[in-house]
Amino acid sequence: MDSVIYRKSTGEHLFDGFNIALLLLLSAVTLYPLLYVLFASVSNPVAMARGGPLFWSLKGMNFAAYQAVFSNAMIAYGYRNTLLYMTLGTTLNVLMTAFGGYALSRKGLPGQKILMLAIVFTMQFTGGMIPSFLLVYNIGIYDTIWAVILPNAIATMNLIIMRTSFASVPVELEESARLDGAGDFTILFRIFMPISRALVAVIIMFYAVGHWNDFMTGLIYLRNRLLYPLQLVLREILIQENLQESMGGITQDREIISANIKYATIVVATLPILCVYPFVQKYFVKGVMIGSIKQ
Amino acid sequence: MLLPVLLYYVIFHYGPMYGAIIAFKDFSPFLGFLKSPWVGLKHFEAFFHSIYFWRLIRNTISINLLDILFHFPAPIILALLLNEVSNRFFKRAVQTITYMPHFISVVVVAGLIINFCQSNGLFNALLGLAGLKKQTFLTNPWFFQPIYVASSIWQHIGWGSIIYLAALTSVDLQLYEQATVDGAGRFKQLRHITLPGIAPTIIIMLILRCGKMMTVGFEKVLLLYNPMVYERADVISTFVYRQGLLNQDYSFASAVGLFNSALNFLLIVMVNQISRKVSDTSLW
Repeated sequence: MDSVIYRKSTGEHLFDGFNIALLLLLSAVTLYPLLYVLFASVSNPVAMARGGPLFWSLKGMNFAAYQAVFSNAMIAYGYRNTLLYMTLGTTLNVLMTAFGGYALSRKGLPGQKILMLAIVFTMQFTGGMIPSFLLVYNIGIYDTIWAVILPNAIATMNLIIMRTSFASVPVELEESARLDGAGDFTILFRIFMPISRALVAVIIMFYAVGHWNDFMTGLIYLRNRLLYPLQLVLREILIQENLQESMGGITQDREIISANIKYATIVVATLPILCVYPFVQKYFVKGVMIGSIKQ
Repeated sequence: MLLPVLLYYVIFHYGPMYGAIIAFKDFSPFLGFLKSPWVGLKHFEAFFHSIYFWRLIRNTISINLLDILFHFPAPIILALLLNEVSNRFFKRAVQTITYMPHFISVVVVAGLIINFCQSNGLFNALLGLAGLKKQTFLTNPWFFQPIYVASSIWQHIGWGSIIYLAALTSVDLQLYEQATVDGAGRFKQLRHITLPGIAPTIIIMLILRCGKMMTVGFEKVLLLYNPMVYERADVISTFVYRQGLLNQDYSFASAVGLFNSALNFLLIVMVNQISRKVSDTSLW
């Protein structure tokens, strides 16, 4: 915005300095809790408690907490389950979203308007948590892996975005493929999906992160702790026990040790996403844009 | 190809809508959906007359209002500040850092908050450093809503700014050049060019946010609250969860849930009407 002919006034210099200071402060406030957790997980718990909020005194660095975390059977199960739910769930999500987006973008589909209206309506009105729970129970998938995967098979927002994208694929491409004898599946997977691959990548990532971070589905539809996804295991470790502490009180000694392990648990559960994130950031940003245009 | 998609919507979306009829029945698992006796509006009346009714409404509204008042403008301010930064590297670094917490799960965020709020946790250590006395953050009801909103700002301020940054890039650069020639400083440019330029985006986002009044917050409230702060923390959806799934009072909880859904739907329709008048954008 600064052009050559324009010279900054003192007030603007002041503002620039103030602005940069403010943004630095915001970045520090954002990073501080994350770094605190990282440092706390490898610090000597007693030194950490004494050091207070200044975490950079790394006295007695050790990885005992991580050993405890990795040898915890529940966390191992949670990890395995989440990976399974994420892989299977995302695959189903993408297939269903692509099917729906393709079919609903066909011109001349009978009742298309009513179908779209019926689908969009589900975004605005739901039967509620209890009827959904009873449904899952009654069709016999309660407390199975399917309870985590099937009820979330499609995120309607993604379906709408996909449909819009497919609708803009040139008709000629499809027509020439049909002349070559291609069926709907071939056209979808050989033409539509590759053409929209940037969008497909965005959608895959939104679904995958959604599965990784999801705890509501498991909370409502699962009872068997061996089926718990990672987030539900985390809830037990990070929240339920802690709340008991703050309301009831556990001996000081145990609390300090377990705090150490809790921080290590957070690191183990969050690091995968934060490591992948810088590489896929631009796709996510793109996803926000597409979503907002559609709104 | 359409078949599995339609089956999905019929079973998992329209199924529960049909199942919501148990809000008007005394549902018993042994009798099933059809044979359970009709009781009309009994459960709705029980809810409207219960001592929790106004508390739930009040908390749902006040958490959302606080959020709209403080959390909603935060990303706009961040976008405006970032827009004034001329160093591209610095700008991108701030963006990358502030986007990050958005991807942390709500369970971990709630776990962090609870850990930091303990009597010997980070927040009390900071208070001690500043020479202030310790607070019982988790069991004092008055702290609940501020903690809720502040942590939401921390988590989503960067991510929320993306949309406004995009809107800022579409503001006509010639306007700035002309303003500079006319001798308008950057503050004047901000007020007369930048803000009007992104005003439509702000209005649309505000309208969309208002349409989410009745649904927002369930997960985080559920994770953060405890019986000692229900007075200020309990919202309709967490109440439905406790009554329905923990106490297995299915019909009553379905009625409360249906009331919530209906209210939400009404709100969206209203907001959409306003949106159509104020701007040309509407959901349908």
